[in-house]
Amino acid sequence: MSLDSTLVGRTFPATSPYRVSEERVAEFAAASGTPYTPGGQVPATFPIVLAFAAMNDFLDEVGVDLSRIVHGEQKFAYARPLVVGDVLTTALTVASLRQIGGNDIIGTRSDVTDADGVAVCSTSAVLVHRGGAA
Amino acid sequence: MSASPSAGLAAGQVLEARTYAVTRADLVRYAGASGDRNPIHWSDRVAAAVGLPGVIAHGMFTQALAARAVAEWTDGAEVVELGAKFTNPVVVPDDDTGVEVVLAGTVRSVEDGLAHLALEVTCGGTKVLGNPRAVVRA
Repeated sequence: MSLDSTLVGRTFPATSPYRVSEERVAEFAAASGTPYTPGGQVPATFPIVLAFAAMNDFLDEVGVDLSRIVHGEQKFAYARPLVVGDVLTTALTVASLRQIGGNDIIGTRSDVTDADGVAVCSTSAVLVHRGGAA
Repeated sequence: MSASPSAGLAAGQVLEARTYAVTRADLVRYAGASGDRNPIHWSDRVAAAVGLPGVIAHGMFTQALAARAVAEWTDGAEVVELGAKFTNPVVVPDDDTGVEVVLAGTVRSVEDGLAHLALEVTCGGTKVLGNPRAVVRA
């Protein structure tokens, strides 16, 4: 199954507000052995928690099973550091879509904004949808 | 955390390589912490069914290790940008020792208060991330 090229440029509804808690940040840091002390720098890849939720919503919407997705690339660009207590929402936009050898190569951008609607972090991902004959 | 975490970084500086072991237990823990429960990261059956050589680490787990190395090298400097392509899978066997991922890096430039780091992330001598890089506030 190939995805429809009319998805390009579409922004999906933002995720529910997510409150960044000390406990979740500490758990995330510990999972990769990253040094973290309360009030310190939040691990740089932590916003993947938000981007991943936005991606799951997107995959459900377009009817793609997560097990057929391989992550091709991920980038983070920060407008400011995340801090504990931030209440964040994430909106995913399909930036590009092409088909190569039966696979969809999906470029997404997920914009993370704070409770005031101010940009915190922009994350970009390339998702490879292994279409094939399942 | 020091007051000026990456003040010591200088262009051309080679950052001391780090080696991190990755086991299945690490992947399960990361799945819980990140919310990424994709079964290709814990089920041999599903990994094989989608044509993978075995259970593989989350690309984002490997990138988290890159961010860990950056945090250790810079004593927790503020990361402004981080990115990488996931070019080769990190296959994680179902045993107690797992695999080793090696993080190396150099400081490419320090200007306008920002240090640009070029990383190299390998597993068994193979580069697993493409163009891994970070920009931190110096």
